[in-house]
Amino acid sequence: MSSELPDSCVPAEAEPASTVSRRTFIATATTAVVAGDLVSAETAGAEAAGAAEAPLSGRVSLTVNGERHAAMIDNRTSLLDLLRERFGLTGTKKGCDAGACGACTVLVGGRRVNACLTLAVRLEGAEVTTIEGLAPGEGDELHPLQEAFVEQDAFQCGYCTPGQIMSGIGCIREGHAGSPAEIREWMSGNICRCGCYVKIVRAVEQAARRT
Amino acid sequence: MSRRAVGAPLSRVDGRLKVTGRATYAAEHDVKGVVYAVIVDSGIGRGRITGIDARDALARSGVLKVISHLNAPKLAYRPNAGSNNPEGSERLHVFQDDRVRFFGQPVAVVVATTLEAAQHAARLVEVRYAAEKPTTGLAGDRTNKPVTYARGDAEQALGSAEVRMEMTYRTARNHHNAMEPHATIARWNGHRLTVWDKTQWVNGTQEELAAVFGIPKESVCVISPFVGGAFGSGLRAWPHVTIAALAARETGRPVKLVLARRQQYFGTGYRPAYVYKVRLGSARQGRLIAMTHDIRAETSSYEDFQEGVLPTGQMLYSMPNVAQTYERVPLDVNTPLYMRGPGHATTSYIVESAMDELAHELGLDPIELRRRNEPDDDPATRRPFSTRRLRECYTVGAREFGWDRRNPKPRSTRDGDWLIGMGMAAGVYDTNRGAAQARVRLDARGSAVVEAASSDMGPGTYTSMTQVAADALGLDMRAVTCRLGDSIMPPTPPHGGSMTMASVGSAVQDGCDKLRRQAVALAVGDERSPLHGVDAGDVVAGDGRLHVKGDPTRGETYQQLLARNNRTHLETLGSFTPGESRFSMYAYNATFAEVAVDHRLGLVRIRRMLGVYDAGRIISPKLADSQAIGGMVGGIGAALLEHTVTDPRDGRIVNANLADYLVPVNADVPSLRAIYLDGDDREADPIGVKGLGEVVFTGVAPAIANAVFHATGRRVRELPITAEALL
Ligand code: FES
Ligand code: FES
Repeated sequence: MSSELPDSCVPAEAEPASTVSRRTFIATATTAVVAGDLVSAETAGAEAAGAAEAPLSGRVSLTVNGERHAAMIDNRTSLLDLLRERFGLTGTKKGCDAGACGACTVLVGGRRVNACLTLAVRLEGAEVTTIEGLAPGEGDELHPLQEAFVEQDAFQCGYCTPGQIMSGIGCIREGHAGSPAEIREWMSGNICRCGCYVKIVRAVEQAARRT
Repeated sequence: MSRRAVGAPLSRVDGRLKVTGRATYAAEHDVKGVVYAVIVDSGIGRGRITGIDARDALARSGVLKVISHLNAPKLAYRPNAGSNNPEGSERLHVFQDDRVRFFGQPVAVVVATTLEAAQHAARLVEVRYAAEKPTTGLAGDRTNKPVTYARGDAEQALGSAEVRMEMTYRTARNHHNAMEPHATIARWNGHRLTVWDKTQWVNGTQEELAAVFGIPKESVCVISPFVGGAFGSGLRAWPHVTIAALAARETGRPVKLVLARRQQYFGTGYRPAYVYKVRLGSARQGRLIAMTHDIRAETSSYEDFQEGVLPTGQMLYSMPNVAQTYERVPLDVNTPLYMRGPGHATTSYIVESAMDELAHELGLDPIELRRRNEPDDDPATRRPFSTRRLRECYTVGAREFGWDRRNPKPRSTRDGDWLIGMGMAAGVYDTNRGAAQARVRLDARGSAVVEAASSDMGPGTYTSMTQVAADALGLDMRAVTCRLGDSIMPPTPPHGGSMTMASVGSAVQDGCDKLRRQAVALAVGDERSPLHGVDAGDVVAGDGRLHVKGDPTRGETYQQLLARNNRTHLETLGSFTPGESRFSMYAYNATFAEVAVDHRLGLVRIRRMLGVYDAGRIISPKLADSQAIGGMVGGIGAALLEHTVTDPRDGRIVNANLADYLVPVNADVPSLRAIYLDGDDREADPIGVKGLGEVVFTGVAPAIANAVFHATGRRVRELPITAEALL
C-alpha cells in the first residue's frame, strides 16, 4: 500500500463485506477471455438475475471545495468518478483513467494528485479542491491562473484545461515556476493535445508573478 | 466609427466556461436516470465468435443487461452515402453477426447501474472464438482498385533526366488521441432518439443513427456543444454511438458510454500508415522534369477509406510529367479516418523530403530550389490560383528565422554533444467549403443570437462567429451570443477539413447582412424613424445603432426601432453555397525548424520553429496564433514520437495508452512562432478566409525531418524519426 494513504482512511474492520474481491478489484484491463466451454446462445445475454443496484460497500466523508460530503460509495470508485458521476462535478476531466495525462488533476490537502489514480474510499477527512472551487459563483472573480489562461489563450478545446490549471496552481505553490524551462518540466504531467504548451507556460509565469 | 471585432486579438468568448470547468462535454450532460455501458472488445484479430457466457456478469448486482450478436435485434442499417462513410462502404454492423474483423471489435456491451459495476462485469463476460490469423501489414499483394493520375510521360522524362533519384518513405499509423475520450449519452423517448455525443458533425451523426435504426432523420437529435479536441476522429459516428443508442433502447434507460482510452485505438479511426515510393527527375540547374508517386496505404477489409493524397504531388511544383498510383491494402484492422491535414500532411512530408534530398544532391539552397519550381498557375488544372503567396512565405520565413545563418553543409554545426540543424518545408492544404446555414435573431433589447449546427472542437468557432456577427450587425461582441452543436440548428458541413470558418462564417455573414438590411428597410420606411426616407444604401450599423453613413448623430438604436414597431425580434436565415470556381484554391505555409540531435544518443530535441502562412483573411488573430502553435506541436508528435504499433500475430495494438503512444508534452516544446501574411481571398468565399486547422500542420514534419538531416547528415525516410534510427 502506498505511503500516501491518509491517516484517517476507513479502518479495515469498518469495511463491510463486499461481493468484490481484492483480486478482481485490481484486475488488469483484459476485457475478453477465451472460455473453456462453449456456451449456448440461450444462456448468454439474458436479463440480469442480480440485484438491481450495484453495492455501495464503503463510506467516506470528505470536503470538496469547502463543502462536506458524506457518501456511501462503491469501494472501486476513484476520486475522479466520485466527483464526476456522483457529485456532478464534471469540471475535473477523464482523459486516460490511468495516470498518464493529468486531465484529472485536483488538489488533495493542497497537493496536486491524479484523481483517476486515487481511490475515493481512502480519502476519509481529506480536503479536495477542484476547478469548480476556484471561482464558484457565476460572477466571481477568477483565480489569477484562470485569468491568465484566458488572457494568454492557453487552451483551445478546453478539455485539458481544468487539469492544467490545478496542476499550475500546484506548480506555483511548490516553487517550480521560477523559469519557463522549470515550468515546462514541472507541467509535463499534463498533456494538451491541442498543443497549447507555449501559452500554458506563459500563463503559469504570469500567475506566478502575480501571486 | 465603432471598433471592429474581426481582426482584433480578442480572448475566447467561451473562455470563462472552459477555465471554470463549466463547459459541458459529451459525457457531462446531466441526464436523469442514466445508466452505464461498457463495451467488451474482441480479443482476436480475425475469426468467429463461437460462444459468449454472460452468466457471471449478469449475476453481479447492478448489472442490467449484456447485449451481443446472440440477442441483439436486427438493425436496419439503411445505406447511407453521407456521414463520411467511405464510398460503397459496408460499414461495421454492430452485433449483427458472429464475425470478428479486427482486434478490439465490439463483441458485446454490458449495461449496469453504475460505472464500476459495468466495468467489472465487462471483464467477466467470457467470449469464445475460432481465431484465424489476421493480416495487418502493408506488404501483401491484394489491393483495392488503384486511383491513378498522369500528365505528360513520366517514364520517358525520367529516362532522359540529368538527375534521377528514387526514394521510399514510410509513415506510421497515428491516432488522433484528443484529450476528451469519445463518449455518447443516448436516450429514447418513444421512437425519438436524443444523443449527446462527441462529434465533429451533428448532422452526419444524426443521419447515420437514423440509417442504422431505420427511423426518420427528424426523429434523431444530436447535441454536442463542446468537443474536447477531435482532429478528425469525430467525423464519423463510430460503432459505440450505435451501441449506446441500442443499449438505451434495449434497457429502456438513458445510457452513458465512454470509450476507455485503450478503446479509442480500435473503436475510432486513425491516420493510416503509408509506404510511398517517389522517383524524380530534374535538370542540373534545379528544374523538375518528372515525378512518380507509388502510394500504398492501410484500409480495413470492410471499407475502402481514401483521402486526398494526390493533389500535393500534382500542384505544389511546376513540372510537365507526373504519374501517380494510389493503392489501399485491405487489412484486418478497423477503418482509418481523416486526421489533421489528411492527405497533404503525409504527402507534404514525402514531397518536401524529396525536394530537400534533391537540393542536397544539386548543391542548391532548399528555398532556392523551391523558388525555381514555383508554378504560375495550377499545373494540374491550369487554373489560376485564387491566391498563392508561397514565395512571400519563404522570404518572410527566411528573414525571421535567420536562414542565412545556416551553413549549407550537413553535420557542420555543433553545440557540445548536440548536432544542430536547420530545415524548412512548404505545406499546402485545400481551401474546402461546404453548404452551410445560420440563423440570426435580434431581439428587442438589441441582443443577437447566432445559431448553427457546427461543432467547435477547439479552434474557437464560438468566438470567430461572434466576431463576424458583431461587425455585420454593428453590435458589441457582448451583445452577440453564438450557439452551436445541435442538430435542430441550421445544418452545416463537417467541422473538419478547415472548412468551418469559410462555410459557416460566410453563412453567418449572410444572415447578419440580411438582418441588418431588414432593419434598415424597416427604419427608412418608418415615418417616425430619424432614418426615414434615407437611401437604404446610405445607412450603416455600428455601436448597436443604425445611422447615416458619415453622420452617426442621425440614426437610432435597434431597441428604439423594434420597440416603436412593436417587433419582439427580427430573424433571418443566412446561407452559403460554394459555387463553381475558375480558380485553384489552397492555403500554404513555409515552416522552419531548428533541431538538436545528441550525436551519441540519437535523441532529437526541437529548439525553435517558425511557421509562415498564406491562409487568407484572419478573423481571430489571437486564436489563429494558438491554432498554428498547436499545429506545430501536433507536427512535432508526427515527426518524432507518434506511432501506433500493431502486433502482427493477433492484430492487437500494443501501445494503446497515453504512456506508450507518445505525444508531445510541455518539456518537448520550446519556442514556437507563427506569422500570418496579411491576406484576403474573396475568390474563396465572401469573408476571404482559406482555412487554418490543417495548413498549420502540413509542413511541420518535413521541416523537422529536413532539419534532422541537416544536423546529422543522415536521411531517415521514416516517420516517426526515432533515436534508434539515428544511432
Ligand atoms: S485521467 Fe487521470 S491522469 Fe489521465
Ligand atoms: S486545450 Fe485541448 S487538450 Fe489542451
